[in-house]
Amino acid sequence: MIWFKKEIRANGEEAKSVKVPLGLWVKCDHCGEIIFKKEVERNLDVCPKCNYHFRISAAARIGMVADEGTFKECDAGVEPVDALDFKDLKRYKDRIKAYQKDSANKDAIITGEAEINGTRAMLAAFEFSFMGGSMGSVVGEKITRVVERACETGCGVVIFSSSGGARMQESILSLMQMAKTSAALGRLRACGLPYISVLTDPTMGGVTASFAMLGDVIIAEPRALIGFAGPRVIAETIRQKLPEGFQRAEYLLEHGSIDMIVERKLMKDTLSKLLAMLRRDTGAA
Amino acid sequence: MICRHWLEFEKPVEEAEKRLAELLSYNTEGQERSAAEIAKLDKKVRHALKDLYSKLTPSQVTQVARHQDRPYTLDYIQNVFTEFVELHGDRAFKDDPAIVCGLAKLGETAVVVMGQQKGRNTKEKVHRNFGMPHPEGYRKALRMMELAERFGRPIFTFIDTPGAYPGIGAEERGQAEAIAANLMRMSTLRVPVIATVIGEGGSGGALAIGVADRVLMMEFSTYSVISPEGCAAILWKDASKADLAAKALKIDAAELLKLGVIDRIVKEPVGGAHREPETAYKNLKTVFIDTLAELRELTPEDLVGLRYEKFRAMGVFAERK
Repeated sequence: MIWFKKEIRANGEEAKSVKVPLGLWVKCDHCGEIIFKKEVERNLDVCPKCNYHFRISAAARIGMVADEGTFKECDAGVEPVDALDFKDLKRYKDRIKAYQKDSANKDAIITGEAEINGTRAMLAAFEFSFMGGSMGSVVGEKITRVVERACETGCGVVIFSSSGGARMQESILSLMQMAKTSAALGRLRACGLPYISVLTDPTMGGVTASFAMLGDVIIAEPRALIGFAGPRVIAETIRQKLPEGFQRAEYLLEHGSIDMIVERKLMKDTLSKLLAMLRRDTGAA
Repeated sequence: MICRHWLEFEKPVEEAEKRLAELLSYNTEGQERSAAEIAKLDKKVRHALKDLYSKLTPSQVTQVARHQDRPYTLDYIQNVFTEFVELHGDRAFKDDPAIVCGLAKLGETAVVVMGQQKGRNTKEKVHRNFGMPHPEGYRKALRMMELAERFGRPIFTFIDTPGAYPGIGAEERGQAEAIAANLMRMSTLRVPVIATVIGEGGSGGALAIGVADRVLMMEFSTYSVISPEGCAAILWKDASKADLAAKALKIDAAELLKLGVIDRIVKEPVGGAHREPETAYKNLKTVFIDTLAELRELTPEDLVGLRYEKFRAMGVFAERK
């Protein structure tokens, strides 16, 4: 049942402004449909009309895959520092403060340990609403620690990425997090432990060009934007229109960059199945 | 000292340098007066350049790092090493001319060399894609690193790129994966790896050949997570604020040494490497020989372990228990 029809003007054009009532209703970013908020929430923040996967918080993400009561957060006290005294239109210090005030998080990632359908794993989930999920020293350190902890305790790693890339306010230090996290995953690989990378909307830049693309298995959510360079930068560089669906999960699957696209409702079972199948004590000849 | 292209901030020395070049070209006539005049002018130019170059702003360093007459990767390879043999291709898609790789000798030691290559004239620039590699370039570099490891050869990389190429084909063939794979593999290489930023160290496209035991920088090169122009466009919403961005990003060698991101600065001749390339080659060769001798003392296990610790320690954060 469609509750609100798009208003069509006499000349056939759709009305440009759709007023979205606050609170009870949300407008789907993809199909534009106005949906009862509770209905979206019950559906794991997926649009019931068009299957668009809304961006969700790190906490919600963990809640959807960790067995109830099993998640133990690690390194919650690691906080960002303005090491370079960086100032653009605003001081980085002040940006950090402002984001921390509006967020339950100290930076753009939550890491910890949990069970997924009974299989123990180290988890990391990005908080996109914190400075666009950008990777600075805190994100790099927490990912590195969680991977090192997996090596020590012999379990697999699952990272849910959602990031615009490196955090410019930490300049070269953020670039170096790409090397640091990738090196840690090199150790995990040497330990023979599985790493499943889940790419959610959006996963870009230095995050894609480091740990996000290093999964033993790489999963993406439907329609997630995934790439190295941003679509606008590419369009400006080549001065051409980008192909339909460019840098979307489906496009990456077609081009062989990822293993599979998994809907949110199937994510938990897919992860536990993969982790179990890649565990060293299963199926080894 | 012959300069062909002057930067905006070099205006004060341009006339004197031009005059000097003119006098040098007439030198064959052997006039006494001209010899004295040359010596005097030469001294004057050197003095002025030294003064100018001792207080470059970050955005001026960026201009020098991108200077069209600056020595490029192949210039260093051909002048620091001997017996260079170029090796081509990623064995999967194509040969990327934006990255050159091969075997060479440093003194008596056979080594593997690689680096991003820019072009000098329009035709060359297009051929080299302005030093911006595609995934196949990074995969060629990876192939050479693994070759070096198999044969126990030290690796020398030369970083000089605005960044990895942002294009449709690059994305389709996995630009991000190609860079990521290099970062991970470089961290486990069992041979010495020495990286040198010779011009522009542009972001992930630079780092993809930069996970090294020692990271060196030529005095007037830059290394950054994003170009000053790109940063200004995003954070200042105005690309013309690149000067401010260059300053905020701390992209020059002295700042990066302080941050512990690089290990050593290699001195350039007065007025930059492009004015006296021979001096730049000589300086770099001396540092290469020293650095390699240091690294050869280490076992493969120590190399891998120390390289891990080096990058593991990068980053600044606070921790509340």
